[in-house]
Amino acid sequence: MRDRRPSDERAASLSRREFLKISGLSLSLPVVTDFRVMRVAGAEVKIFGPGKVPVTLNINGKAYTAHLEPRVTLLEALREEFHLTGAKRVCDRGTCGACTVLMDGKPVYSCSVLAIDAQGRSITTVEGLMKDGRLHPIQQAFIDNDAQQCGFCTPGFVVACKAFLDKNPHPTPEDVRKGLGGNFCRCGTYMGIRAAVLQAAHMQKGGASHD
Amino acid sequence: MTESRSSSPAEYTWPERGHRRLIGKRLSRVDGPAKVSGKATYTYDVHRPGMLYGKILRSPYAHARIKSIDTSRAERMPGVKAVHIIQGPGTEIFWAGDEIVAVAAVDEPTAEDAIRSIRVEYEILPHLVIDTDPQRAGDMAKPTAEEIVGDPDAAFRQAEVVVEGVYGLPVITHCCLESHGLVAEWEDEENLLVHISTQAVSSIPNQMARPLGIPAGNIRVKMDHIGGGFGSKFSPDRWGIVAARLSKLAGGRPVKIMLERDAELMVAGARPSAYGRIKVGAKKDGTLLAWESTSWGTGGMGGGGRPPLPYIFEIPNQRKQHTAIMNHMGSARAWRAPNHPQACLLTMAALEDLAAELEMDPLDLFLKNIELTGRRAEIYRQELQIAADLIGWKTHWHPRGDQSHGPMKRGLGLAIHTWGGRGHASNCDLTIHPDGSVEIKLASQDLGTGTRTGITIVAAETLGLPMDRIKVMIGDSRYPASGPSGGSTTIGGVSSATRRAALDALDQLFAKVAPALNARPEDLEAVQGRIRVKGDPGRSMSWEQACATLGGMPLTVRGRNPGPGNLTSSGVGGVQMADVSVDVETGVVRINKMVAVQDCGLIIDMKTAESQCYGAMIMGIGYALYEEKIMDQLTGRMLNPNMEFYKLAGLGDVGELIVHMMTGPGYDERGVIGLGEPPVISPGAAISNAVANAIGVRVPFLPLTPDRVLEALHKKGGHHATH
Ligand code: FES
Ligand code: FES
Repeated sequence: MRDRRPSDERAASLSRREFLKISGLSLSLPVVTDFRVMRVAGAEVKIFGPGKVPVTLNINGKAYTAHLEPRVTLLEALREEFHLTGAKRVCDRGTCGACTVLMDGKPVYSCSVLAIDAQGRSITTVEGLMKDGRLHPIQQAFIDNDAQQCGFCTPGFVVACKAFLDKNPHPTPEDVRKGLGGNFCRCGTYMGIRAAVLQAAHMQKGGASHD
Repeated sequence: MTESRSSSPAEYTWPERGHRRLIGKRLSRVDGPAKVSGKATYTYDVHRPGMLYGKILRSPYAHARIKSIDTSRAERMPGVKAVHIIQGPGTEIFWAGDEIVAVAAVDEPTAEDAIRSIRVEYEILPHLVIDTDPQRAGDMAKPTAEEIVGDPDAAFRQAEVVVEGVYGLPVITHCCLESHGLVAEWEDEENLLVHISTQAVSSIPNQMARPLGIPAGNIRVKMDHIGGGFGSKFSPDRWGIVAARLSKLAGGRPVKIMLERDAELMVAGARPSAYGRIKVGAKKDGTLLAWESTSWGTGGMGGGGRPPLPYIFEIPNQRKQHTAIMNHMGSARAWRAPNHPQACLLTMAALEDLAAELEMDPLDLFLKNIELTGRRAEIYRQELQIAADLIGWKTHWHPRGDQSHGPMKRGLGLAIHTWGGRGHASNCDLTIHPDGSVEIKLASQDLGTGTRTGITIVAAETLGLPMDRIKVMIGDSRYPASGPSGGSTTIGGVSSATRRAALDALDQLFAKVAPALNARPEDLEAVQGRIRVKGDPGRSMSWEQACATLGGMPLTVRGRNPGPGNLTSSGVGGVQMADVSVDVETGVVRINKMVAVQDCGLIIDMKTAESQCYGAMIMGIGYALYEEKIMDQLTGRMLNPNMEFYKLAGLGDVGELIVHMMTGPGYDERGVIGLGEPPVISPGAAISNAVANAIGVRVPFLPLTPDRVLEALHKKGGHHATH
């Protein structure tokens, strides 16, 4: 089980009434179902649905709300509800990494996280990496080293590389080969990506202030 | 303003070496920032107001007849807006995954529920999904007549050494990361707007017009970016027509169908397999005398292509026969360099086996027979030398079978390839506005090969402007028609059309401004944002001043390919060498290093050209080591329609890769030639040869998975000493 954070608890314990107040939606909306709590094998389990439930997500520092079926993944919510289409849907089952986003700073496959479970987390997508209209060093390094062809895997790779560099600020080429195996590219841009990661690491060492 | 250039055709040339400011330099792709920031919009990302989601029910059987279809529950389901039977009762189905019924609903979960509620009864018919043995295909095997060149019987009698082997590579899939799909919407009763992931923006309207019963001109196709095609995305496909029909049923609302990953792998792309029993005869000194091949392969019900055998080496005496196997594996599509990777493996593996039998270095065998490669012999000779230096062939090559201690065996292998790549038909409109801005419109597409970037470079170079002053607009069928992106034809086509348009536009601009500069138009040149008199740079005006003389009317010039001047040509040569290590205890093959030496005429952008080669090598490592469409003989279905078991090469799997592009005299003057196909041809053969060199025995079939490697070792002599 993932560790629960206080903010998570708070989001989870929001009543439907509170949620509707926060999101500023009127009660004329179609009826949405709240969750019920059941005890299963001695533990409390929340049962959502059937039907749509209110969901609030914190994405790139902004709150987004929608009514979603509990089966909707974070990836689908990002793409279909909030029109943040940087994260791509490719395998839709946690193999390819094209849907990678950061959840509380850690890379996750957003196709394999339910939207309702992402509530209360801080989610960063590729769209959130630019600061004040400036590309993140890893994005610039992708351009410089042509770490992209069709570009469909690129957003996932950019996010994965950022997470990798946050954890390994001074990687060796060997670290890069081992640490970025969770994403696939069909066009074959790995040489550019390897070089881009090393360049970005170098630039960040040089004191670039991007986080 | 459409009069053609008064100068003679000979003047449509590329700038000379030394006069190229941008062409051939290492320049970053112009859409890089959009791609790294997630802003680039792919068809999968298109979201239209009121959009519905389409899903398709597919046949679970490889061969069946539809008995009945009941869609009544789906039709009653809230949120379902259209149900369309694609293939009705009585229809015979020829592969698992074929389309039966489609629905459109307000969201994906509802569409999925609707699909699950549909009941179809099938009469199951016998299927065939085997392709490794033509004998078992019965009358589904379609043998062609034997082909004879020279006198093979006499040549084999004359040969001092004859080797014989069986080689092959299975059906693989395209596995584009952006699956096939589209959004179709009727703007009114007669006009259709289509956003589609395609390699052929200009030809999609025509392909959709007839089935939909409207003129092609009523169909507008748009695409900004495409997440991979590799030869699989030239057609609107049946689901494309279906999306338009669903939209009509739903009152014109946009309907989006993007294939799920399993469908993408099952039905949206397959490269035909090829197998062959090959016999080669030679003299003791390696001179090739005779070739005999009995080959076969499948591309599903279409039977598949025929690899051009023997590949590149025109051995003087040949006997060849090919059998196409029709079966129920799903239909094939063009896959990067159709038929060439297959022919390359079948030929280069046989030649390497011959070299081993002769106890000869295969590099020497290739050089010995290099004249048999025809007019590119000199190119291959140069490339083989460079590749050998880059991989350290003379230092690291050893006779077949690494005799060193321990389970890790290292080996080297090589292969050579060729491709055409002449520029396709292309039109573009280049407009110079009186404010000095420049835009180019053409209904082409950028597959990630750098098409936008190439057009920008050519226009900027010709007009003497920085790249960021050129706006390139592609991906809209309302723009001037440009050919489909297949067969490495795009860069030659669009760069030639752009060059002609830009030269013509300059001529017209020069004519306007010549009086003001007190010069003749032919004495002017466009350099560094200025129009100036050749040899007298003091007499000049800025680009903006020059364009202001156009008055109120922008200047638009149509550029075309083909056209006057030799701006593009055909026929390239490439060499690849692989250095691998094989663990003979586990059968795992690792790529240590690969070298690609490639010619493609005049290179427009060195950076994206190298990327094509790196990418092709990586794709090649994928099909050499991992990729196979595995069919279940019992059910006739694909066993691995997902990315866990249809494995692509990952970032850690590809070793060190080196690309060397041939440029300069002998290369540049051939004009622009495409590069998408050639470097993907050799990897399978080069790696297979390297593995044979390492472990001392041929692993006959790709992919070189551990089980196949171990089986080959076992057959070689059971016990392989690891000392
Ligand atoms: S789409 Fe999420 S891992 Fe592939
Ligand atoms: S750039 Fe095309 S899939 Fe990676």
